[in-house]
Amino acid sequence: MNPADDLNPPTGNPSSAGPSADQPPVNQSAGPAAAIPERPRIARGFRLQWEEVQDAWVLLYPEGMVKLNASAGEILRRCDGERTVATIVDELEKAFDTSGLGDDVTAFLEVAARQRWVETGSTGSSS
Amino acid sequence: MANEAASAGVGPPYWLLAELTYRCPLHCVFCYNPVDFASHERELGTDDWIRVLREARAAGSVQCGFSGGEPVLREDLEVLVAEAHRLGFYTNLLTSGVGLNERRVAELQRSGLDHIQLSFQDSTRELNDFLSHTRTFDLKRRVAGMIKGHGWPMVLNCVIHRLNIDYIGQIIEMALALDADYLELANTQYYSWAHLNRAELLPSREQIERAERLTNEYRAKIGNRMRILFVVPDYYEDRPKKCMNGWGNVFLTIAPDGTALPCHTARMLPGLEFPSVNDASIADIWYRSEGFNRFRGTGWMKEPCRSCDERDRDLGGCRCQAYLLAGDPLAADPVCTKSAHRAIVDEAVRHAQRPVTDRSEVRPLVFRDPKESRRLTS
Repeated sequence: MNPADDLNPPTGNPSSAGPSADQPPVNQSAGPAAAIPERPRIARGFRLQWEEVQDAWVLLYPEGMVKLNASAGEILRRCDGERTVATIVDELEKAFDTSGLGDDVTAFLEVAARQRWVETGSTGSSS
Repeated sequence: MANEAASAGVGPPYWLLAELTYRCPLHCVFCYNPVDFASHERELGTDDWIRVLREARAAGSVQCGFSGGEPVLREDLEVLVAEAHRLGFYTNLLTSGVGLNERRVAELQRSGLDHIQLSFQDSTRELNDFLSHTRTFDLKRRVAGMIKGHGWPMVLNCVIHRLNIDYIGQIIEMALALDADYLELANTQYYSWAHLNRAELLPSREQIERAERLTNEYRAKIGNRMRILFVVPDYYEDRPKKCMNGWGNVFLTIAPDGTALPCHTARMLPGLEFPSVNDASIADIWYRSEGFNRFRGTGWMKEPCRSCDERDRDLGGCRCQAYLLAGDPLAADPVCTKSAHRAIVDEAVRHAQRPVTDRSEVRPLVFRDPKESRRLTS
């Protein structure tokens, strides 16, 4: 699944009059490659919100933004550190009256964990 | 002439840079504030800024940078951060740390500040102090401790130039000692005060190569402990940067007096009127003003950009650099090797290879301060 259109506003460093358009989030690649947390939540330093103007969910991070496609938005808005991945899949299948979403959700959450968009919720084991 | 067609297909001003003040306790020789900043002393009040934040947010802005000058000098910084946060902005503070104390840092966190970028206080007058880890280091360590203590990532920015680039190893060590998560080593871009001081600030090719090599060695050594971004001066490139990610594309600067600009240096361009937030709404400014429509897209281009197969990649480069170096805001950015003015960049680069001791003329550095600003623009 293609999770998102990456759309980074320029860096806020005004000393570089030419902003780097593709500067990744600060904590993107910190630490070892991450497995999907059992109860994922949006990582510290990131903010997920609905943007009326863009008609989309976006993920904001220091000096950047990722515009999410509809399915990525629906998954991430449920990542509250309380719901398990199984609960999220279950809810999505009910909400969209379908089945077999497990693989798609897992595939996306793998990307999200690698990008450090999600982290382990408070009730999960910390690694 | 304002081009109505240009506003079709124009996206929102995602990035709002609020330059709260041109006042600053530092005197950096590479300052990006306009050389004539002292003649723009008037500052928007708190209510004006709150109106700007609301209008920009309604127009789709998502990132808000509070900058300056030194934004901490504004006593209402916390009020503005709180309002920006409440509106749904991701809030960024760009500061030297001078004037920050525990009380204000705690208040900024309560206000919902998302991110702080701390710049090194390298005003070059204090170069020795800066390099000997004394007073500057103590200040940075104190502020870095506060930033980390409140759970923000520690993001450091250090502007690199001829006079400090040979100490890049010490700078990286200093950042590691401050427990930084991210270090931005951005070479000076030659606008405003840095343009005045270019001959003294542009590093030689050898200096840049050595600094990049050292940076890569550190990257290999420290792994993910701290990420390092290294930005080469564009004079050493052969294609121009896509400046501001495109004119009037994502970036909206509001200067301290309320003038709205597509970038923080655009006010220097001749024959262009930039609107003020005192006279027009953010939506009118962004979508319908002459200043913001003038260089959008590729329709304004002349040769060699007009027929260039790379025109969509860099949009002709930087309009301010075209004006500063070629005297024509419509020219191709002289960094481009296809530009008829590339020789100007080559000459500056050639000059930079010469050791200072071999130069016939060595001018003293011009430090950014209000007196110099008035002297230079009177």
